[in-house]
Amino acid sequence: MKRYSVFAIAREALSYHMGWERAWRSPEPKAEYDAIIVGAGGHGLATAYYLGKNHGIRNVAIIEKGWLGGGNTGRNTTIIRSNYLQDPSAAIYDKALQLYETLSQDLNYNVMFSPRGLLMLAQTHHEVRGYLRTAHANALQGVKTEFIGPEKVKELVPIINLAGPRYPVLGALYQPRGGTARHDAVAWGYARACSAMGMDIIQQCEVTGIRSEGGQVVGIDTTKGPIRTKKLGMVVAGHSGQLAEMAGFRLPIEAVALQALVSEPIKPCMDVVVMANTVHGYMSQSDKGEMVIGGGTDGFNNYTQRGSFHHIEETVRALIETFPMISRLKMLRQWGGIVDMTGDRSPLISKTPLGNCFINCGWGTGGFKAIPGSGWAMAELMAKGEPGPLAEAFNMWRFKEGQFIDESVAAGVAH
Amino acid sequence: MLILECPYCGVKADETELAPGYEAHLKRFGPSSSPEEFEAYMFARKNPKGVHFERWRHAYGCGKWFLAARDTATLEVFGTYPAQVGEPPAEIIAKIKAKRPDWKGFK
Repeated sequence: MKRYSVFAIAREALSYHMGWERAWRSPEPKAEYDAIIVGAGGHGLATAYYLGKNHGIRNVAIIEKGWLGGGNTGRNTTIIRSNYLQDPSAAIYDKALQLYETLSQDLNYNVMFSPRGLLMLAQTHHEVRGYLRTAHANALQGVKTEFIGPEKVKELVPIINLAGPRYPVLGALYQPRGGTARHDAVAWGYARACSAMGMDIIQQCEVTGIRSEGGQVVGIDTTKGPIRTKKLGMVVAGHSGQLAEMAGFRLPIEAVALQALVSEPIKPCMDVVVMANTVHGYMSQSDKGEMVIGGGTDGFNNYTQRGSFHHIEETVRALIETFPMISRLKMLRQWGGIVDMTGDRSPLISKTPLGNCFINCGWGTGGFKAIPGSGWAMAELMAKGEPGPLAEAFNMWRFKEGQFIDESVAAGVAH
Repeated sequence: MLILECPYCGVKADETELAPGYEAHLKRFGPSSSPEEFEAYMFARKNPKGVHFERWRHAYGCGKWFLAARDTATLEVFGTYPAQVGEPPAEIIAKIKAKRPDWKGFK
């Protein structure tokens, strides 16, 4: 892999930029690998990357049904934060945030991480108490957040309407380190780094079956033929249930559609991320100037990657209350992604009933921000066969034992 | 927009009039059951990509719970039926089989 740098740009300029190599190879699958990851989205590629980087396992294939980063990695609102209430969530999301801070240098790929600050508005007295509690919990967890009053909110977000018709802004939980990143670049950067380590990223290859012998996984069947493997990691948000069925077990997961939309581009007007959870809407401004808006989930199982229109209406109504100046903006695009919702809205990074088969799923509506931390924890689990401190609490047996991670981890919005 | 016909009052209700209740025909377990049984009842889900049976409530109408057969991959609705049954009625099964010959059946 040729390193990207200012010198590389100068050197390639001499040959009219015709010498750039492909960012990753697209090889045919080998007959056997030490580990196979199903799903070349952010989480799957990050898992493969840290398997190679932290644990020296490089004979790895990443199998992808469509194209890499084409699922929820390319469909989210790119928000990154780690202001969670419960210790296991704060630990893994803050690990992810710390890794995001140096990810561009680490991958030699600009993921455009922008720690512009993030506000979660408190618009009821109950929410004020809740966020004060979160701020105290974050102080104990070593995650820097603070609860700020309405004047400070107005200072950070001049376009906000503090005296909304239904819910006035009473304050906000502020995480200055939170922000956004370029979602596609995260997938592309990890893919390039994995390919450089000799890993095979196999796209347009669907898994059709999982082979096991004596309770241990031995390989997978794919549309490009069978592949043997010593370890299998299933990292396929949305279709986790189908893969689990092939492996012979059932998950505590429902797949539902979550929507987002972007407006036409406008001049810079908001340089922080704002989440308004009571009225249900969140918004940030992309580098292109589009207002990026997150909507709600449907209340029923859905695999169609499109959601119901009334959710868009609810979200837009909420945001117009909060930011009256956007009322005449035109919306350019709207899309949906299929998210895994677990029983307690926290993810699974877990061993499974099938030996040497591991699962990473259930990130619900908040997976993008977790990508590096999730990959780090999943790689440790796959390499050692046992979960490390980051993954331990996210095992799938917590539902039997009642040890839920009791917070709406996902988007922090009541999905 | 998802439209389901309420089998009680006959109204064709769109989803804003309905409250979703997720997977239907779950086997319920009571206080003396094992953790495994509770987990299966409370959390483990079929979550199929394709034919699915669901609970819905006509929340802003007659208020009754009913069941619906629907395809989660295409959003096609096969039919709705009253909730007082242990498994999907034969005519719903026949309707689904006519449209989805590959369907493995209710289990």
